[in-house]
Amino acid sequence: MTARPEDTGTKTISNATPREGDPPITTKLVEEHGLSAAEYARILDILGREPTFTELGVFSAMWSEHCGYKNSKRLLRLLPTTAPWVIQGPGENAGVIDIGGGLALAFKIESHNHPSAVEPYQGAATGVGGILRDVFTMGARPIAVLDSLHFGDLNSGRVRYLFAGVVKGIGDYGNCVGIPNIGGEVFFHRGYEGNPVVNAMCLGLMKVENLIKGEAEGVGNFLMAVGARTGRDGIHGATFASEELSDDSHASRPQVQVGDPFTEKLLLEASLELIKGGHITGIQDMGAAGITSSAAEMAGRSGNGVEIDMNLVPVREPGMTPYEILLSESQERMLVVAKSGSEKSVRDILTKWELEAEEIGRVTDDGLFRVLEGDRVVAEIPSLPLTEGCPTYEREGIESEEIRELRSMDLTRFSEEVPDHSEVFMKLMASPNIASKRWVYRQYDTTVRTNTAIRPGGDAGVVRLRGTRRAVAATTDCNGRHVYLNPRVGAMGAVAEAARNLVCVGALPTAITNNLNFGNPLKSHIYYQFREAVLGMSEACKLFETPVTGGNVSFYNETDGVAILPTPVIGMVGVVEDVDHLTSHAFQNAGDVILLLGNNTDELGGSEYIQVLEGLVAGEPPSVDLLAERRLQHAVLAMIQQNLLHSAHDVSDGGLACALAESALGQEESPLGVEVTLHDDLPTTPLLFGEAHGRIITSCDPGSVDEVLRRAKRHGVPCRSIGTVVPGKYNFRIAGKDTILEVDMGTLSQLFFDTIPNLMDGASSS
Amino acid sequence: MRVSIITFPGSNCDYDLFKCVQLVGGEPQFRWHREQELGDVDAVMLPGGFSYGDHLRAGAIATMSPIMDAVKRFARDGGPVLGICNGFQMLCEAGLLEGALLRNRSLLFASQDVLLRVENTSSIFTQDYVPKQILRMPIAHAEGNYYADTKTLDRLEAEGRVLFRYTDALGEATDNANPNGSARSIAGILNEAGNVMGMMPHPERAVEDILGSMDGFDLFKALLSHRSRLGAV
Repeated sequence: MTARPEDTGTKTISNATPREGDPPITTKLVEEHGLSAAEYARILDILGREPTFTELGVFSAMWSEHCGYKNSKRLLRLLPTTAPWVIQGPGENAGVIDIGGGLALAFKIESHNHPSAVEPYQGAATGVGGILRDVFTMGARPIAVLDSLHFGDLNSGRVRYLFAGVVKGIGDYGNCVGIPNIGGEVFFHRGYEGNPVVNAMCLGLMKVENLIKGEAEGVGNFLMAVGARTGRDGIHGATFASEELSDDSHASRPQVQVGDPFTEKLLLEASLELIKGGHITGIQDMGAAGITSSAAEMAGRSGNGVEIDMNLVPVREPGMTPYEILLSESQERMLVVAKSGSEKSVRDILTKWELEAEEIGRVTDDGLFRVLEGDRVVAEIPSLPLTEGCPTYEREGIESEEIRELRSMDLTRFSEEVPDHSEVFMKLMASPNIASKRWVYRQYDTTVRTNTAIRPGGDAGVVRLRGTRRAVAATTDCNGRHVYLNPRVGAMGAVAEAARNLVCVGALPTAITNNLNFGNPLKSHIYYQFREAVLGMSEACKLFETPVTGGNVSFYNETDGVAILPTPVIGMVGVVEDVDHLTSHAFQNAGDVILLLGNNTDELGGSEYIQVLEGLVAGEPPSVDLLAERRLQHAVLAMIQQNLLHSAHDVSDGGLACALAESALGQEESPLGVEVTLHDDLPTTPLLFGEAHGRIITSCDPGSVDEVLRRAKRHGVPCRSIGTVVPGKYNFRIAGKDTILEVDMGTLSQLFFDTIPNLMDGASSS
Repeated sequence: MRVSIITFPGSNCDYDLFKCVQLVGGEPQFRWHREQELGDVDAVMLPGGFSYGDHLRAGAIATMSPIMDAVKRFARDGGPVLGICNGFQMLCEAGLLEGALLRNRSLLFASQDVLLRVENTSSIFTQDYVPKQILRMPIAHAEGNYYADTKTLDRLEAEGRVLFRYTDALGEATDNANPNGSARSIAGILNEAGNVMGMMPHPERAVEDILGSMDGFDLFKALLSHRSRLGAV
């Protein structure tokens, strides 16, 4: 390692020199690096000279939307991020909350939409790999993963190919590393045809004292590259993720990285051993923008500088330039800051796990991000301006006229028409949005680690905390149709639904991570959606006391200029105080009384009903009364903790009728029938299929009904008995004031469980 | 009873087995695959996972690990060896059990609860079950489709070495109840000497009510109490 000739003490002027063969810095080259003229001017200002080609690449990656959050940062500040139980908020590899008993939960969600659109299997697999690394680099052992997937219409062959590949990619990676998948969501709408949403979430558990951060602490400490070698894959992935997709994108397949879960598993074990042994002061995944972002961010957070030598980085092939090495996104690599004197212990642990580790640089005190190639300085940039100095923008947001019209559409004719409700109901149950996602989660190991107490298919997944009475629950939610029609209300609804889901399994909602998937923010109607969604989310999170501890923004989700449905995915975690409280969405016993908490309404906007029958996304999405939601959630959680309820299930997609069917079919191989009578003075269609928020269906012993009603009243929550669970040999039957919906359970079960397998039969994946 | 659980790079059910053996009252210890000796133990378990990332074939590279020679010696000397999932695949690859595990019929990873019928209750692994008892436990594998030629299958059956079969709730080995296409619905088998057993389902994931089933408990209980009956082998 060569010392820098002159330590100026000032943190600006530097004299990196171009390498032989570097292209000259032209306006066109700057543009190709996704930097605006104003941004380039700022770079000149920071450096006090023209950047080298290598430096231009570094700025391009660090100031990409993906790393720099330039179009989102200002609005994200509106989200609540603190609470007494939040140990680590946004800005680190993952958020961390205190869950009591000396334990902390690290969790985070991240998108891999663009890579998955181009190469579904590897795109999704590496998404899982990245989110696992984000969690174990905090010192936490991953205990569960979830995913939120949004695809186009399954009748399209291309969509089936993407869907099959993504699910296999998520499955193969998580299964191999041995992390149970405990839930998530899958949503279909043609708006995701060319650009699926693939978000992966991970939860990790640690002792509070093992928390470690991605900081380059301790001047003189060594930077070590650990894990896989650096190759030419994924170069400029962060910039790729910050562009719209077009026909040309498929030429970008080389920008998609290739995952190796086997190396990941070794990396996981080795990292946790390094952290536990106290041999390192900081660790970070070389994720988006690879060595560049991990080194620069670690330096930026600590206020120190770093110096790395490209000649020391283990590479897969000879002849790689510093530019390529710096921007490679080869997977399963970590940057570790080893305590001076601990190099041998670090190397011993890594050797045991059959991993490579090389010293590639060290922590300095000059606040500079310096890259050497042997003796030559090829890049030298002040760390803080590099990581924090990215210009941020607040833009004008204007609602699209087209969407405003769809929202204002008069839906009276849908409400008033009286179709054959049994037939419509069967159509809904066979809609891939409502139908069981068993085809998906049967490809995921859900029980490895022997802690999974509630598996996918219910309202939320639950893993118990071994050695305690407690458990953690998690869910992901976002109804893109609702957000499309009214982003503020839709985002509030997503938070409300996530919280309801957690309460239904017996957990207290505690915190969220979010994945904001939108189109091109430079378009005013997209920026409008983004701003409104953040505002709605902020309001709901404040009221539910579920702060945002981190997440991810994914912009430019567009194909040929058309954006996806705006999809701000909520990944919410909650704590179950006693595993005895765990409650399933499935009806348990024939003879139990079915109760509805919350109010039915005549809202039908944005519903699956209108989607399935008319192929339309229209109307005002269901309103969200946050105070009523909170009362409902408190009431249900209190009743669950009193062991009054045998089941609890949130009413959402497909409305009351579909929610009842999901509870009836909850015990998969032994379904139970339902006999329900509704006396509401509402049009039958919205009563059965409207997606009004604030409702939970529960069942209890006939002897407990009075107590449930009394408690609901005390919480100020409307509650009434609407029917009975009957043996599965009887039909599923709902009587309304002018209709009777009746289907036998065998048919219902087939529609629910076989729809997606039948659609996917013969669909191949890579 | 002391149990060695072998950890290969890529094993991911080793910790689950460790906890399970503890729960049932045994004394588990991990052995790293590079070690040459098993130590003074009464049983050996090969856990599930993706040893060596399933490179080449599931379980294939693990059989080249130094520790496998010790496992083979231990088995030859009559010591009980249990292989679950990837461990079953290794035992077949190592020639300690007959047959092979092919890709699932569906070509997809299969993670679900299955029902098993206990076919033989005289083995040291199944002696605490009732004949034809129906067990519920999870499977989680992509290569669990048991295959052997007809002659081998006939011999396994004739010698009572098929220990578990996939069935429906009524105990019928229907095609629908067979999650991976295994020959004759075979889920677990025994070696000729009766001391080496491999199965695809995960009994260690079915030892507590909160996990959804306790049906795996008696398998470990039988095995762990076996030493006092060792003379019977």
